[in-house]
This record gives sequence, structure tokens and C-alpha cells, in this order.
Amino acid sequence: MSKPWDAASERLLRQLAPQALGVVARRFRDFASAEDAVQEAMLAAFTQWPVEGIPENPRGWLIQVASRRMTDQVRSEIARRQRETAAARDVETVEAAGEIEIETDMDPDDTLILLFLCCHPALTSSSAIALTLRAVGGLTTAEIARAFLVPEATMAQRISRAKQSIKASGVPFRLLSWQERAERLPAVLHALYLIFNEGYASSSGASLQRLDLAHEAIRLTRSAKALLPDNAEVAGLLALMLLTDARRAGRTGPDEELIPLNKQNRTLWDRAEIAEGIELLTAALSQGSVGLYQLQAAVAAVHDEAARAEDTDWPQILALYELLKRVSPSPMATLNHAIATAMVHGAERGLELLKTLDSDARLTERHRLDAVRAHLLEMLGDRENAIKHYRTAAERTMSIPERNYLMTQASRLEESPRSLDGKTTDLG
Amino acid sequence: MKYILMMNTMRAEQGVPNWPRADLQAHIAFMKKLGQDLRESGELVLAEGLSFPDRARLVRAGKDGAPVTDGVFPESKEFLAGFWIVDVETAERAYAIAARASAAPGPGGAPLNMPIEVRPVMSAPPQEMM
Repeated sequence: MSKPWDAASERLLRQLAPQALGVVARRFRDFASAEDAVQEAMLAAFTQWPVEGIPENPRGWLIQVASRRMTDQVRSEIARRQRETAAARDVETVEAAGEIEIETDMDPDDTLILLFLCCHPALTSSSAIALTLRAVGGLTTAEIARAFLVPEATMAQRISRAKQSIKASGVPFRLLSWQERAERLPAVLHALYLIFNEGYASSSGASLQRLDLAHEAIRLTRSAKALLPDNAEVAGLLALMLLTDARRAGRTGPDEELIPLNKQNRTLWDRAEIAEGIELLTAALSQGSVGLYQLQAAVAAVHDEAARAEDTDWPQILALYELLKRVSPSPMATLNHAIATAMVHGAERGLELLKTLDSDARLTERHRLDAVRAHLLEMLGDRENAIKHYRTAAERTMSIPERNYLMTQASRLEESPRSLDGKTTDLG
Repeated sequence: MKYILMMNTMRAEQGVPNWPRADLQAHIAFMKKLGQDLRESGELVLAEGLSFPDRARLVRAGKDGAPVTDGVFPESKEFLAGFWIVDVETAERAYAIAARASAAPGPGGAPLNMPIEVRPVMSAPPQEMM
């Protein structure tokens, strides 16, 4: 019986999950079953450790419990098939090896191997995310299911199918070559980014029972950063998450309504997260290979550093989006570039840039274009059309808080008094 | 992305279908298998079947806020018979599931080709507003 069970113990346990999994998967040469076995060991730890205390060697404990499950499974498989002595001898060998090698076959790169394995290109993003959270994040199926608001059985199936796909693709459990890693890293970072983004939905009060996915994403990206210390984009992604998460408390009002950036109470922003994000970003940018996440983090930093909305350094944001459009062209980059252009050179110039997106089939979230256009039309003083586009955006969004916000914008504008030049006084 | 698949096939005063036993059994087995497959593919969020419309009541708040109930009317066209909520990668996948449900076997084993209304569930995370 050692320290009392607290949040730090829970973090430790989750961190050990991929390390234990690496050992068990390598020892039994079966990632899919090892992953189930470690999940069972995790569940056992979550029941036993808080009561009995954290074992002397917590990782060894997890490895031993998981290995025992694996052996039991192999044994029952053998019993079922009524096989002969050769196979049974294999089990004994494996078991004997298990007792001795607990510490010696630990590989610090296991977490990294698992991260790349779980974000395998053969998987859909929702399966990759679920598997990553369980195998690398050390979360339970029930927690992941609650976070995505699906039944536990459904989530369990999704994870099991993801593992089948990995198995079918025949990838070995080993560290990728430097070149393979470079090719696959964007998919890994994208999966982590999606987990963080999903956290927006789960941070609302109506879902207090849900896991904080944004914090889980930050935790996972922190370990990715520790394992790939020289990669500027991993650092950039971590910085982006921190600089965005810092604004969380200001992002919604008392009734969970969305508050736009320029209306947020900036004293609610998390200074420590901002400081850490900026430090990470500064170090990353000095490495010289600028990328998508670093640039987005840089924009977030400019917002975070402005004491008031009107102090925002929009020319700098404009320059960053110009660079982003070159480094990683996308409709979302164009959209953001148009906003920055409007803030620096006027709404008309911004609206001009938006026109290029009207026929862009790659823009899947059409409502974002409508919302930005509405905002710029409002800046311009074109009240009628602004109202129209706010409403179109409200009709097209797939998010309830967004729909509420956009509908409210439209009615606010309808009711706002018109000034002499036709411009409304209340921008936001 | 989550979608709801609504089977709007019931009519007022409709009772249980009087199909031959084998056809009924085939229909029930088909629906069971569909639910099982969706669970196994990790896509099923929820599936429910609803009572016949004779149990349906229209409820409005009266002056004091108390419920005032009314029967449903025979002329009201179709009623929701049941629904599935699925969590899938694409809209096309939701349509494919709906098409499968639509083709559930009816009398003589012929596909019913029931209309299934598919709509996205508002479950996307909100983005930062400007």
C-alpha cells in the first residue's frame, strides 16, 4: 500500500498501457489479442489499484496480468481444438519467458510504434481514433463510447474491426523507417487533431459524464512530441491545441451559447497554456521547416496575445494565412485568408476572395462559407444579405450550438437599429 | 456522422400484417439480422420499433399547462413504425443501410421497398465563430 489514488495515478496507469501493450504484443506476436488482454489488465488495475494501492512495479503488473490472459486464451483455444502436446509445450515456454523478461524487453519506442499502427492508412478516421484512444491512450471502451455517444458494444466492435483491418493489411509490429514515418506522420497528426476537435463537442456542461477528449488529445500529442522531439509539426500541433484550448472557458456563455472570439472575456483565457503554447511554437518555428500546424498555431498565438479584440495584429494573421495557402492550400485556408483580408483591407476585398470558393467542390462544410460571407456582408453594412446568409448558414450547419448562434445573429441584425450610413453598430 | 433512418410505413387503424407464417418469419429474421450486422460493424447507435398508431396520442398543453390529449386521425397519412440511428463514415453508407432496410421481404418474399427517410443528426462539434 503506497500513495493514495489520485488523478496522477490515473495518468500513470494510462501512460503505462501502450508500454505494456508493446511488450505483450511483441512477446505473443499478436497485436489484436494483446490489445484486448491489456485492456482487461487495465480494467483490473482500475478496480484493484485504488483499493490495494499501486503495485511496486506497475508496468510489470500490467504485463503479467495481460500475459496471463493471453496464455489463458491460448490454452482454452487449445482445449477447444483438442490439440496435442506440441502446442501445449509452446504455451509453457511462453509462460516461462513471461516471468523473467518483464523489464528487459521494454522498448521505449513501443508507444510510437503503436501510434503509427493505430493511425494506419487502411483505417477510417473514426476507427483509427477509437483504436488510438484505447491502445495508446489507455482509455477503456466504455469511456471512449461515452465520449462519442455510442453504445459500448458498438465501440467495442469498431475497435475490434479496426484491429482486423490492421491484421489483414499485414503490417509487422516494428518501428517504421525514417522515410515511412515521414510519409505516415500527417495521418497520425490528423487523427490527434480530430480527437482534439471532437473535444469541442464534449466540453459542454450537458455532457459532464463524458471524457474530455481535448485533454486526451493534448496528452497523446505530448507523448508524441516526447518521442519525436525533432519534428516541428508535432510541436506545432501541440502548440495549436494548447493555444486553442486556452480559450475554452471564454468560448461559451452561461447557457452554453457560443461566444465569438471578439466578444470573449479574455481574462478567462488560460495564461499558463498560452505561455506553454507560445514557447513550444517559438522553438518549433526556429527549426526552419514550417508547416500546416505551426502556421495555425501561430495564428492562434496572435489572437491569444491580443489583450483586447481590437488589439489583434490582423496584418500578421493575414501574412500567416498567405503562407498557409502556399504551404498547404485548402478551401479552409482560403476561407481564413478571406477573413484576414477583410480585417486588413476591408470587407469588400474579403468578399471578393470568397467568390473563388463558390464553385470549389472540396469545401465540404458549405455553412462555414455562408457564415463568413454573412459576417463580411454585415461589416460592409449590407444588412439584408447578411441576414440571408446567416440564415442559410444556420440551415446548413450540423451543429446545434452553431445553428443557435447563427439564427441569433440573423435576428439580432433584423432588430438592430440602422445608422445613417446603413451600417449596424454592433459587429459580432 | 450520425444519421437517423426513419421507417414511415404505418397507417392509422393498421393492424398486424396477415401474411403467411413463413413470410412473417422471414421478415422478422431479416430485421433481426440487419440490427445484428449494424452492431457488428460498429455502426449502430440505437434502434427502436414503435407501437401501432392506435396507441398514439396528440398532446398539447392546455391553458393551465396540463396535457390535453387527442386521438390521432385516420386521415393522417404515415406513421413512424421504427427507426435506427447509425454512426457512419459517409452519407452514402447511411443510404446503403436504408436501402437494405427498405428491401425487407414482404408477402411471398418480395421486397417491400418501403420508403425510409434518412436525415443527419445534428452531432457535429461546433467550430470557432468569428
